Amino acid sequence: MSVKMDVSLFTSDAYKKKLDSVSSDILRNVRINKGFILWLGFLFVALVVCLYAYTIQLRKGLGVTGLRDVTSWGMYIANFVFFVATSLVGMLISSVLGLAGTKWIKPIARIAEIIAVAFAAVAGLVIISDMGRPDRLPYVFRFGRVQSPILWDVTVVTTYFFVSLLLWFLPLIPDLAISKSRLTGRPPFLIKVYDMLSFKWIHHPKQYEIMKQAMRVLLILIVPLAFAIHTVTSWLFAVTPRSGWDSSIFGPYFISGAFVSGTAAVIIAMYFFRVNYKLQKYLTEDHFEKTGRVLVLVSIVYIYFNLNEFIVPGYKLKSLDAIHLKELFTGEYAPLFWGVQLLGLVIPVVLLLFKGIRKPLPMMIIAVFVLAGAWLKRFIIVVPPQAHPFLPVQHVPFQWIVYKPTLIEISVTLASILLVLVIITVLSKLFPILPIWEIAEDEAVTEMEQIK
Amino acid sequence: MFFSNFGMSSKKFHTFIKLNPVFQKAFMSENKKKKSPEDSKIEKMLESSRRDFLKKVGLVGAASVAGAAAVYSGYRYEKAKSSGETVKVLTEDNRLVEIPKDQVKGYKPDPKALLLRGREGIKGKKWVMVIDLSRCRNARKCVNACQGAHHLRPYEYHINTLVMQESVNTPKYFMPKPCQHCDNPPCVSVCPVDATFKRQDGIVLIDNERCIGCRFCMAACPYSARMFHWQEPLNAEADKDKDYNIELNVPQKKGTISKCLFSADRLRENLLPYCVSACPNGVFYFGDENENAVTNGTTKETVNLKELLEKNGAYRLMAELGTKPRVYYLPPKNRLFEFKQGEEPEYKELT
Repeated sequence: MSVKMDVSLFTSDAYKKKLDSVSSDILRNVRINKGFILWLGFLFVALVVCLYAYTIQLRKGLGVTGLRDVTSWGMYIANFVFFVATSLVGMLISSVLGLAGTKWIKPIARIAEIIAVAFAAVAGLVIISDMGRPDRLPYVFRFGRVQSPILWDVTVVTTYFFVSLLLWFLPLIPDLAISKSRLTGRPPFLIKVYDMLSFKWIHHPKQYEIMKQAMRVLLILIVPLAFAIHTVTSWLFAVTPRSGWDSSIFGPYFISGAFVSGTAAVIIAMYFFRVNYKLQKYLTEDHFEKTGRVLVLVSIVYIYFNLNEFIVPGYKLKSLDAIHLKELFTGEYAPLFWGVQLLGLVIPVVLLLFKGIRKPLPMMIIAVFVLAGAWLKRFIIVVPPQAHPFLPVQHVPFQWIVYKPTLIEISVTLASILLVLVIITVLSKLFPILPIWEIAEDEAVTEMEQIK
Repeated sequence: MFFSNFGMSSKKFHTFIKLNPVFQKAFMSENKKKKSPEDSKIEKMLESSRRDFLKKVGLVGAASVAGAAAVYSGYRYEKAKSSGETVKVLTEDNRLVEIPKDQVKGYKPDPKALLLRGREGIKGKKWVMVIDLSRCRNARKCVNACQGAHHLRPYEYHINTLVMQESVNTPKYFMPKPCQHCDNPPCVSVCPVDATFKRQDGIVLIDNERCIGCRFCMAACPYSARMFHWQEPLNAEADKDKDYNIELNVPQKKGTISKCLFSADRLRENLLPYCVSACPNGVFYFGDENENAVTNGTTKETVNLKELLEKNGAYRLMAELGTKPRVYYLPPKNRLFEFKQGEEPEYKELT
């Protein structure tokens, strides 16, 4: 990313023309229309229904879930891990690829940041739904012990959320200024919001320079931060002695898995915006082709970590590892385990190796499988290792031994997913989904180079 | 010190109170709602004379904890004549005196001071438990006594007796399993709010007024020693107005963790833990590692701890995990009873 903005480019006719066409294409979607209100209304109604389930849980206690002393972490924790994982994609796209100078990520960087913001924000709420005493949440800050990985998790997830929010917001400021001056026929309050949030942006080259410098700092800062959030999340398990969790590669195993689920989420979002917002010109087949390659790369890394995670203990077969692995490979969890590993990881990678498959629609379908697989994989990581503790489980009611999520649990989990959709909807519909100024700048530069 | 039923099995016995300004002030300050400078002064005094204080509170024992005792407020002999009933109390200079009952002022122990001493533990002690597997025949009296004392349902355990078998060729045996009160407790390490903590006398306790219900400690404990209140606890309604006793963990609270406490409330009274004294077969020994002596809960016989461990090939559960448990097991060799597995009752979830 070049920090200096060429002033001559900025005042050139080519740039102005490009800005006109790009902004009209992208701002076309920024409006409050019937479809938006209906969709948001539907999300809210569904959310209220699901949150009603949470009020039951609040009243009666966590006993309304399928959780019991044997399996005391279940769907909520799995969902939390999935959310933290998926939010990591903001860092992958904007930082890892962006800092490496990859040009084509510019139109999808904001989509990735929206996903990061939405999932990171709701991850914090998901963890509260798993607390036996959510009313005591302030105790975490009042009596917090820095020795506990939960404190680390709270700290880094919160920080990651705010830095991701900044990474979404900073490059949005010029676009808000553009929106303010170019959008007509929109509700006055929206224009007012743009005016306030654009902080009197006048498109001065110096402003761009400062903004780009700030972005660079944040993009570097978020790399260790993103590694920290998911490494610490993996340590919630890895610091315990249980078979299936007691693993020294849990950090990288989780990080590599996070890139897979995040990339899949971005592909689904890209497809949606390309089709529904009619952005075929900006989210091109080439973008899908390249994102497909990214998905293949991160999936292969993840498969590599899977091999380590399962084959090494599988070779030694220490007594409890053996029971755990048997459950996964041939036991009760075998259909889920093999389904996730094959349909959600191996087969998608094989398919995506073919250029013909790396087209928008087939990729979107594959990404849905990968994302669903990623969620279920978290379930496999969290739940089965608890079923076989060191000492036998005896003299307890039957429903304590086998964990089965209840309807209430599923509803509360659904609520968190709905909330993510609400955030994504609002951020992508009320604000430009693609960076107008960046695309215009790029296109103008390319055009001028062609003339030369 | 050895355990006997002498001590302060107080209710039948006379109320023993030491006259002491610190003590009185501490327990009378409960009338003041706001924390006055005087209160904080008292706290400081409490801090500086902790040893002294604990000794005295220890003496009042059960009486003070239960809140059923009375404190002697002044020795005014003249007024005694007006009332017929008298009670015996102990004065500061260790004289047993008789005073009129209406001169005795009722008090409630200061919850703050109780919580503080509950977190500190009993000074100078290192509690240790020895479980002789050769004597267990799964009477489950330990389990029942424990559940009764801590207001638990039949399937909610601080201590559970498990059927164990190492391999197909080795015999089955019964194993009572309380919390191991590890010296390197994984549960305490992971707790985000210091709700579960290690006391100086070796006991790992849980403060259910602090616990946020994240269950990280359950995930970390290799001994499955912890339980969670998934629903309203058994005696929630009846215990509602009771002051929280951190050494008994009663009242139990919904959405928090509960666990074996080595009966810290009983140790405060110089009594053996509930499970230990309930056992009909002499399975449990309990005592102080510093004194190198443990007392059998059934026979009340006190033996040399090191000798007992050495002569019987004692071991600790999963010592390889480095948790350093304070519970020792003696292997099931030369068993007193034949292994006979009774009919397993069906455990149904109750609300």
